Amino acid sequence: MLLKPDPTFYASAKDAMKAPPEMLAYVALLSASGNGSPDALAVVDVDPSSASFARELDRVELPNTGDELHHFGWNACSAALCPFAPRPHVERRYLIVPGLRSSRIHIIDTKPDPAHPRIARVIEPEEIVERAGYTRPHTVHCGPDAIYVSALGNAAGDGPGGIFMLDCDTFDVIGPWEADRGPQYLAYDFWWHLTQDVMVTSEWGTPNMIEGGLDPNLLLGGKYGHHLHFWDLRSRRHAQSIDLGAEQQMVLELRPSHDPANAYGFAGVVVSLKDLSSSIWLWHRNNGAWAVQKVIEIPAEPADPAQLPDMLKGFSAVPPLLSDIDLSLDDRYLYASCWGTGEMRQYDVSDPFAPKLVGSVHIGGIARRAPHPANPSRPLAGGPQMVEISRDGRRVYFTNSLYRAWDDQFYPDGVGSWMVKLDVDGDGAIAVDPKFFLEFDGGHRAHQVRLQGGDASSDSYCYS
Amino acid sequence: MGGMSGHFAWTALFLLGCYHGLNPAMGWLFAVALGMQERRIGAVLLAIVPLAVGHIASVAAIVALAVTAAVDLPRPVVHGVAAGVLLGFGAYRLIRIRHPRWVGMRVGFWGLCLWGFLMSSAHGAGLMLVPFVTAGASTAPYAAGAAMLAVHTLGYLATMTAVALVVYAKVGVSFLRTAWLNVDVIWAIALIVTGIVALFV
Repeated sequence: MLLKPDPTFYASAKDAMKAPPEMLAYVALLSASGNGSPDALAVVDVDPSSASFARELDRVELPNTGDELHHFGWNACSAALCPFAPRPHVERRYLIVPGLRSSRIHIIDTKPDPAHPRIARVIEPEEIVERAGYTRPHTVHCGPDAIYVSALGNAAGDGPGGIFMLDCDTFDVIGPWEADRGPQYLAYDFWWHLTQDVMVTSEWGTPNMIEGGLDPNLLLGGKYGHHLHFWDLRSRRHAQSIDLGAEQQMVLELRPSHDPANAYGFAGVVVSLKDLSSSIWLWHRNNGAWAVQKVIEIPAEPADPAQLPDMLKGFSAVPPLLSDIDLSLDDRYLYASCWGTGEMRQYDVSDPFAPKLVGSVHIGGIARRAPHPANPSRPLAGGPQMVEISRDGRRVYFTNSLYRAWDDQFYPDGVGSWMVKLDVDGDGAIAVDPKFFLEFDGGHRAHQVRLQGGDASSDSYCYS
Repeated sequence: MGGMSGHFAWTALFLLGCYHGLNPAMGWLFAVALGMQERRIGAVLLAIVPLAVGHIASVAAIVALAVTAAVDLPRPVVHGVAAGVLLGFGAYRLIRIRHPRWVGMRVGFWGLCLWGFLMSSAHGAGLMLVPFVTAGASTAPYAAGAAMLAVHTLGYLATMTAVALVVYAKVGVSFLRTAWLNVDVIWAIALIVTGIVALFV
């Protein structure tokens, strides 16, 4: 127990932008070699003055195989300063690391040595099924009263997916979050407007719809998720669904404004059946109800079928396959990972209704295979995927693996495994850091990145 | 106020009220956050009223119980029980601090009353007044109890309002991350000290 608040807690996103630069990054590694090695959590040195900059410092191997690490989060964050349930003297200390396939949740302790964390506890899938009825845990957010975790389905691999809660102190599974889920069936990401008592959830598919890979029949039939759901956070009741249209397949990442007085946010859609474009939608409050509108459309790029995997040959085009988005803490820049076309886009969203494309970096891509400046002659597979922005907005990190089954479908000759960094200058201009190109060895693919002390998608703030 | 000299007791009650008012978990921070949400100072003031009502109701319930006990039961029994409760509750809070499970900010007038009541009760705010209430050999114990509650409330309300307004209008909440001392520990110790005082007055 601390006598003063954890120094990584900030009352507002504005304050958090003054945080010191991160020294370490934690990266989820998925074992894809087929040699029976377990998944792992890598610790990466991101201190530019360090001799081991851009290299792995340690790798925490998980006790079992086949977990399929994906997303993860912290046990506590700035939400602990919220006025209605203050618990400012807990520590941001444990990483909550779910296995998306195994449904096992690992509690990894970053104390006493943050460069060499260790596993403190493992929550077995049986406990989650028994207490919450869910499997395939995905997004983790530290809430004011509990740790919230989304889950894609039930024990049989069907829906409904939803959200369950872990006790902040003991990490015991408390139970399912929803009191009334209304029409919601599919699940994926969630976040909230914490001070407005609003929860927002998105839709991918049930475990049975996704674990065999992207199913063209389901996709072309418009069966993957295409709704946004709005909930009353207090009563845990479903309040409103918005259908983006069945052609908008897979509504994934949700990024609400970091300023709690604002009532808007961005949702990324992977692919449109109409033209293979990806899109970003703005949700906002309009006369008391929620409304959405498409504010960004990223078109597919024509390509020679010879360069394309079987699934895309007939289209002669590469879809952007927008897989992740991330919003800087000042709500100014939205980064968009185009995993298919191998592009990281930077939009100025100062006016959220009228984003402006202000930056772009090419790396990897199904057809493009753009190299990294560290080795300009070497074509790269995979593309910008999980993206994380430092609290001060000056550094952007991303990795290149999306989801095991999808990697193999879209990059059948091997997706590779890399992590890169962009520098953002005082005017917001982005540039690839030529000194930061980390390849993970041992057949491990890199997924989500979390930065020491918090980042642009880890914390919720209750003050403007 | 026989057991404790008059001035000291009234001053202590007032300061105890100030101490409660100063605690961010006793209301002012909630009021500030609501003001920020609506971007107007009026929302801060509007929230203070129900938050204070909840706190006072919680404290008043304990005070009423203590006064009634002091009237009906022998003093050594009352003091013994009061000291036991204070020491026990203080020790419990020192060992096992449960955090509030409350979720929600758009809670309305009665919601804020309830929140104030629950937070004050969970912290044992009213218990701290018990030694003062039971110490007196007043001829009008209920009136004396009410006066003590009023003095406590004055300290609480004045401090809470002043802090909320200054923080909202001038200082901002940035300082919380370094200045928000773990009052749970101090609070638990205060309960234990009050318990010891109750044993000897």
